[in-house]
Amino acid sequence: MKELHNHFINNNRRNFLKKTGLCIGGLALGSMLDPFSNKKSDPFSLISNNLNLPHFAPKAKRIIYLFQSGGPSQHDLFDYKPKLNEMKGIDLPESVRMGQRLTGMTSGQSNFPLVGSAANFKQYGEARAWVSDLLPYIGKISDELCFIKSMHTEAINHDPAVTFFQTGSQQPGRPSMGSWLSYGLGSLNKNLPDFVVLLSRGTGRPKGQPLYSRLWGNGFLSSLHQGVQFRSAKDPVLFLKNPESLSKQERRKMLDYLSELNEEQEKKFGDKEVSNRISQYEMAYRMQTSVPETMDISDEPEDILKLYGPNANKPGTYAANCILARKLIEKDVRFVQLYHMGWDQHSDLPMQIKGQANDVDQPTAALIMDLKQRGLLEDTLVVWGGEFGRTSYGQLQTSLSKEDLRVIKAGKYGRDHHPRCFTIFMAGAGVKPGFSYGQTDELGYNIVKDPVHVHDLQATILHLFGINHEKMTYKYQGRRFRLTDVFGEVKHDILL
Amino acid sequence: MKKNIFYFIIPLFCMLMIKFINTSTQSEEITISNSSDVLLISSIPENIDFNFHVKPIISDKCFACHGPDEKKRAANLRLDTEEGLYQLTEDSNSYVINKKNPEKSELLRRIFHENKSISMPPPESNLILTDHEKSILEKWIMHGAEWKKHWSYIKPILPSVPEVKNKDWVNNPIDNFILKNIENNQLDISNKEEKEILIRRVYFDLIGLPPSVEEIDNFLNDNSEKAYSNLVDKLLNSENFGERMASIWMDIARYGDSHGYQDDLERVMWPWRDWVIHAYNTNLSYDKFITWQIAGDLIPNASKEQIIATGFNRNHKITQEGGVIPEEYRSEYVADRTNTTSKVMMGLTMECARCHSHKYDDISHEEYYGMYSYFNNIDEDGLISYSDKAPKPNITVTRNDIEKDLGFINLPDSISEVTFMVMRETENLRKTYILDRGSYDAPTKEVESMTPTAVLPINIINSNRLDLANWFFDDENPLTSRVVVNRLWQQFFGVGIVATPDDFGSQGNRPTNPELLDWLAVTFVKDNWDTKKFIKRIVTSSTYMQSSKVNISNKKLDPENMFLSYFPRQKLTAEMIRDNILASSGLLVNKIGGPSVKPYQPKGLWDEVIGGGGGSLARYIPSTGENLYRRSVYTFWKKTVPPPSMMIFDASSRDNCEVKRQDTSTPLQSLTLMNNPEFIKAANYLSGRIFNEKISLENKIKLLYRTVTGRSPSDIEIEKLAKYYDDENLGDDFLAFNKLTMLVYNLDETSQKS
Repeated sequence: MKELHNHFINNNRRNFLKKTGLCIGGLALGSMLDPFSNKKSDPFSLISNNLNLPHFAPKAKRIIYLFQSGGPSQHDLFDYKPKLNEMKGIDLPESVRMGQRLTGMTSGQSNFPLVGSAANFKQYGEARAWVSDLLPYIGKISDELCFIKSMHTEAINHDPAVTFFQTGSQQPGRPSMGSWLSYGLGSLNKNLPDFVVLLSRGTGRPKGQPLYSRLWGNGFLSSLHQGVQFRSAKDPVLFLKNPESLSKQERRKMLDYLSELNEEQEKKFGDKEVSNRISQYEMAYRMQTSVPETMDISDEPEDILKLYGPNANKPGTYAANCILARKLIEKDVRFVQLYHMGWDQHSDLPMQIKGQANDVDQPTAALIMDLKQRGLLEDTLVVWGGEFGRTSYGQLQTSLSKEDLRVIKAGKYGRDHHPRCFTIFMAGAGVKPGFSYGQTDELGYNIVKDPVHVHDLQATILHLFGINHEKMTYKYQGRRFRLTDVFGEVKHDILL
Repeated sequence: MKKNIFYFIIPLFCMLMIKFINTSTQSEEITISNSSDVLLISSIPENIDFNFHVKPIISDKCFACHGPDEKKRAANLRLDTEEGLYQLTEDSNSYVINKKNPEKSELLRRIFHENKSISMPPPESNLILTDHEKSILEKWIMHGAEWKKHWSYIKPILPSVPEVKNKDWVNNPIDNFILKNIENNQLDISNKEEKEILIRRVYFDLIGLPPSVEEIDNFLNDNSEKAYSNLVDKLLNSENFGERMASIWMDIARYGDSHGYQDDLERVMWPWRDWVIHAYNTNLSYDKFITWQIAGDLIPNASKEQIIATGFNRNHKITQEGGVIPEEYRSEYVADRTNTTSKVMMGLTMECARCHSHKYDDISHEEYYGMYSYFNNIDEDGLISYSDKAPKPNITVTRNDIEKDLGFINLPDSISEVTFMVMRETENLRKTYILDRGSYDAPTKEVESMTPTAVLPINIINSNRLDLANWFFDDENPLTSRVVVNRLWQQFFGVGIVATPDDFGSQGNRPTNPELLDWLAVTFVKDNWDTKKFIKRIVTSSTYMQSSKVNISNKKLDPENMFLSYFPRQKLTAEMIRDNILASSGLLVNKIGGPSVKPYQPKGLWDEVIGGGGGSLARYIPSTGENLYRRSVYTFWKKTVPPPSMMIFDASSRDNCEVKRQDTSTPLQSLTLMNNPEFIKAANYLSGRIFNEKISLENKIKLLYRTVTGRSPSDIEIEKLAKYYDDENLGDDFLAFNKLTMLVYNLDETSQKS
């Protein structure tokens, strides 16, 4: 047995040596594909694309996802339901609700008085899209937009719902969409990360819902694919700034010496990974220039700043972040993820949503038109939307039914979370402009036509990037994971 | 000849191939035509082993539709069982595998068929069998298609220690197993590691801290035979050993100082963390360490310490978000405990069976809920109030308790007692049902508590958590010992003998050295699960003590260094990187235990993402005084916004149980080492210490280099560093020296273990 065994080894060894030339290539690729060796030779680089992606010609090269955190009310913004105004104060018929799950916040409410939109609606453009008076700028560009009025989700509370939108799973732990794209497609540039995150706080409900850094986490993918938060603080990326005692020239000199000394160590230990880490330092150094350059909007012309509205100059606002998003896209960052907090109007909705809508109206429209005038909208996808919608009935502070109408008239009501239908819109890269998809019933409670599930949206977004969502997988703990779990259907109807 | 072919040493080529099988699957779309196939085709093993060659293929490419999941099983055909493989096909026209006339096997017909509507796997599966994989299946079938039970479900037996040629190289039996592979594959052995590198390696591995220059010198000057062995004993007896081990256990236990969902308010669990450190330091045997954590509360006349240990299973996230349905979340907590315990103790991806029977491993939907039922009787709430830092069940430990017999809890002087979470059964046991698709509101059939039959049936009626804990340590349990020794091995060598420490199932990697794995597992049990003894055996092996210098010709033959013909260089962990900087600078406050602390972190990270809530965690208020410089295992862990300098260096987020961290190099890591004010401060502090020594510049440079990296710099290195100092010296000597220190802190070697 032993002899046989040795023979086997020797025999194979000879074969191996004969093939060495071919083998090494194969092995190098093998190790790149190895999920347990996340070491890649060049961070943020084109080389990291080893998945044979895209699967087919992409329409989108980059994406700006304008996440409206908290759940914007579709009834007051996009999904025009005159019937709700007519039936104001009347209880939602049980035949419509059909015992559907409510959150703990209204499940104790004894009645569900319908409330109409807090603002009037108008039709805009050639597509005659209905948009509320809360969003006049968005209304004016609605011929560029593709509304999906039949979005629906599975989660009814913020944490699981936002996590679901960003990662395809309600429970934390999976990679976010930006990380998936970074993993699948690699980077378009060598000076900035693939996946950048910008946060802003709305005026609608400043003390609303929190966010979590795991929303832009890489989950089980390599941390090369994590979202990098660009902040309005003095250090836009954590630890970006040199200490005061060190000038840029001095940093350069230090890195030159560092690299020489590291090469000595590479020689000593024969460890090829050292040169990889040298290149990380070079990338870090480039970011020290490229990030502040991007964050600096002082050379934006006056008319551009005006386009984005009065807050464009105020760092950390949604408007300022929209300008940054455009700049990042111009520099070929793949995925720019904005989060605008404050859409969780459980009370005083008419007052709160006014400010909240005002935060985003002009800058969002400006961003889309700015991308268009620069020829970037053709291959940049813009998505605007939150984690769920809101109820067509009011959420009341009081449970006295006789008081309902008076309370509603006084604007002292909110709307609760509603996962069964809500509206988002998209623009750019391969999406039909001036188009509206899906339909809800006349009380805006259920979808009656063309439902789009969160996984469908994710599948469709990946499709625009030339990715078959069923084929872009990552094997972790023995299972092939996808952004869309085991669901999702590309909605070709909304695509050009 | 050995009875069990499983214990056959697997030659290099098979190993490489298995590696390929496991890695190429990640993107099979492209593997059909890439150059790796050339190698694969040339390397069909002579003896095909079911577990090592065949099962990885059919598991990965066939089980999803023809495996354990009865609901998704196509054509009534299962290939994961012996009967299934040899059965008649559904139309009764042929056998799946025809043992008498193997060429008539339906399986072969299907995998080689050119017609896409007949061939397997079907196109819509997005799975492809490579030519190489087909050849293996063909050869296996043609040679009799021998089936075997899954390798990890076969109880390990003590293999004999193999004979080796180079007996001088051997320090203990571990080396025989490693050396045999090295010799058989004609790889070269490596030299013994240089002493000053070895001492740094073993310091980090055992206590997570660097040796001081004085400690290095003492070791270098100690030429006695027992020098190294004494050093190891000293480290194993150091209280810092418990901290190092605990920092690994914190990932596994998904420990955090906040509740983890939505507003993510503060929780108190640090006394449990202090217990873990204490348990490691007192070398509590692994069976007790686990039994107490899983079921300490159910041990007859349980001591307070045993109850405290059960905090392990309360470290999962708990929601405070108004409006959730409590039962939905309670079932999430039960599932978390089930998944965590299964991963830690069995190395199985049990969670796959939460919604349906496992697609790859022999774990049914019912068995999942059988395991779930052990954790379903806790007297707990699905939704807790905003002010609840220690939701029930909990335990209160008073100063009196601590003085009496819980001295390991480091209660600050300012408080007289502390309350934190533990496990306690409800008075009326809950019934457990199979939940359809894992959904809390879709109970179907009632189930009894039970363990996976394929692993080992429990054979106790109405078994509880304590029975489960005992079952893990049943002599017949094939997994417990293998899983833990593999994790410990990974701690020292970076990669486990099974490279997937969380998956010993069908889809996991096969062991690279199965005999060694079993020898370690059986020996660990024979040594009464003595962790320190086990660790000492590893770190005193020649395998551990060999040089980390990469041997180029070995690397060509074994690029992944699976056979460990040189010591694998590894980056320091997130905790070690910071602790090394603090310790070498002299800033570190080496104090054991107590409430978690808040060292420096950039302003605004918590405020930016909070909503209206957040309570005491709405804003990050850094600690003061010595708590700014405690070891990283004590850094406050807010689960939704974990400490950035930990996350940047690949720490686990602690959302879920993790048994292996990633190993990446990113520019964010470089930026952190370059500019983190905490590190700049350390550099400044160290500069001050060394600069004021009354020694020559060259000696200052040497001292600096040795303090930070543990190694004496070469002449070239000293020359370069001195030149840098001169270049940067514009009149202010200290400033120039401080830059030098920053440079040394950024050296690659500073962040390396060996």
